[in-house]
Amino acid sequence: MSNEKTLGEVLRQQGITRRGFLKFCAATASMMALPPSMVPRIAEALEKARRPSVIWLSFQECTGCTESLTRSHSPTVEGLIFNAISLDYHHTLQAAAGTHAELARTKAMEENYGKYILVVDGSIPVANPAFSTIAGISNLAMLEETAKGAAAIISVGTCAAFGGIPHANPNPTGAVAVSDIIKDKPIINVPGCPPIPVVITGVLAQFLTFGVIPELDALGRPLAFYGKSIHDRCYRRPFYDKGLFAETFDDEGAKLGWCLYKLGCKGPTTYNACATTKWNEGTSFPIESGHPCLGCSEPDFWDGGGFYKAISMPTGDITRTAVYAIGAGAAAGVALGAVNRARKARAQKAHERVTIEDLNKDS
Amino acid sequence: MTETELLMWARGPALQVATVIFLLGIMVRILEILVLGRKANLAEARGSAVAGGLRTIVTRSFPDRGTLQRSTFNIVAGYVFHTGFFVVLFLFAPHILVFRDLLGFGWPSIPTPIIDATTLVTIITLLAVLLHRVQDKVMRFLSRFQDYLAWFVTILPLVTGYLAFHRIGLTPPTLIAIHILSVELLMVVFPFTKLMHAFTLFMARYYNGAIAGYKGVNS
Repeated sequence: MSNEKTLGEVLRQQGITRRGFLKFCAATASMMALPPSMVPRIAEALEKARRPSVIWLSFQECTGCTESLTRSHSPTVEGLIFNAISLDYHHTLQAAAGTHAELARTKAMEENYGKYILVVDGSIPVANPAFSTIAGISNLAMLEETAKGAAAIISVGTCAAFGGIPHANPNPTGAVAVSDIIKDKPIINVPGCPPIPVVITGVLAQFLTFGVIPELDALGRPLAFYGKSIHDRCYRRPFYDKGLFAETFDDEGAKLGWCLYKLGCKGPTTYNACATTKWNEGTSFPIESGHPCLGCSEPDFWDGGGFYKAISMPTGDITRTAVYAIGAGAAAGVALGAVNRARKARAQKAHERVTIEDLNKDS
Repeated sequence: MTETELLMWARGPALQVATVIFLLGIMVRILEILVLGRKANLAEARGSAVAGGLRTIVTRSFPDRGTLQRSTFNIVAGYVFHTGFFVVLFLFAPHILVFRDLLGFGWPSIPTPIIDATTLVTIITLLAVLLHRVQDKVMRFLSRFQDYLAWFVTILPLVTGYLAFHRIGLTPPTLIAIHILSVELLMVVFPFTKLMHAFTLFMARYYNGAIAGYKGVNS
């Protein structure tokens, strides 16, 4: 697709009505917690925006992020907006292969140097660069080369944002996040396993509208989508507050839709928009389907002590430790008591009566 | 160390070590007292020592009118923060899960807004208790480092727990890790300080009551 057309032109070509487009703008503004007065500005900016060149690099990943973004919602306005960017390199989606594919990347880099958006999904192995290569180029080298001319980097998915599953203990490939390698470019982390499609398009839309990266939290995530915990926005939260919990996956509480905290829900420590934007065109999200949140948009979620264990619970076998400690303590207590008794007995035996005569003796 | 590693350390090895020190220490101290034994009372029994002992364990939980009038603040504040501490410790759902993991059984929790309010009341009461200790000349004179240490390790889990529940200041995993570590500090300090009274008070009351019961008088 040509980069000369504006987004508005591309959308009209695709048969998107003005009404549909404005609805998308309003939804985007609402998701980003912007006032309604911003909707026309978003619409205007998007309408006039030249389709930015996007280079998408996939490293140690499962393609789940791409699946989430391109397949699950298709065809929707979000999907078309996504098509309307100039996706110049994406080795899953592009038609070109081999040398031509890599040429597309270098060409896009040259033509849009300093302006293109670099999207990365997957982690980067640093233990041995040969663990993951594309066209003979290691992930590390490709990232460093492509990042140089990028206006901004969007790390899509938990692997690119925090290392994700490849980074999980014992991390055999030495997997790291994009932000561990690139330090001199603005990086927006959009974690999730996979992330929510509208969060990606929302971040892109904000970048196109304002030309700046959105406000980020301490972990580099856009506050508009990652500002609230799943727990705070969960429709089951009232059950948590009332103390009504599902104890197993098939008890009465589970059937009544009570809180899944005791089944290991990581909602209280997970920041993401699942509870509000939901998945599959707003159908539901994991907790609504009866499964606890895994905390997939948080760093090291794979090493958090088990998906079905609440975050307050001990990780080891605390009962065995307690029994041994009580046993050892009892033995030590009795032994020390015996020593004390013996000392007392010795003291009593060694006790000498002192008489008045003894005291009157000249020493 | 990442925050997840810190949390995993707090929930794993640190908790194991704290549990060993806590339980081993308590057992040693209780058994040392029990094994030492008591001198045989050769006088003829005029009543039941056991009944007197058990009765006193209960009756000493209620202050008599005179003491209440003399030390109103100490008694009221003492009851409030002890009750609050136990309510928060034993009736908050995430805490019950820890006990269920340890004991194999759990019990129902109470609504979190009540826990939340109780925590605040307990923290405020403990602050008032400290203020009283510092302001009262006699109390201040009698206070040693250990008294302040016991106060500190008691209020710390309440404050860190409150911050973790409301997620104030730091990221949730870090806050929870700090909260768990503060509880572990309490567990480690517990057997070596006056906090042991949580167990020994029943023994002391029983002994007092048993002596009186044996003599056939009310204690």
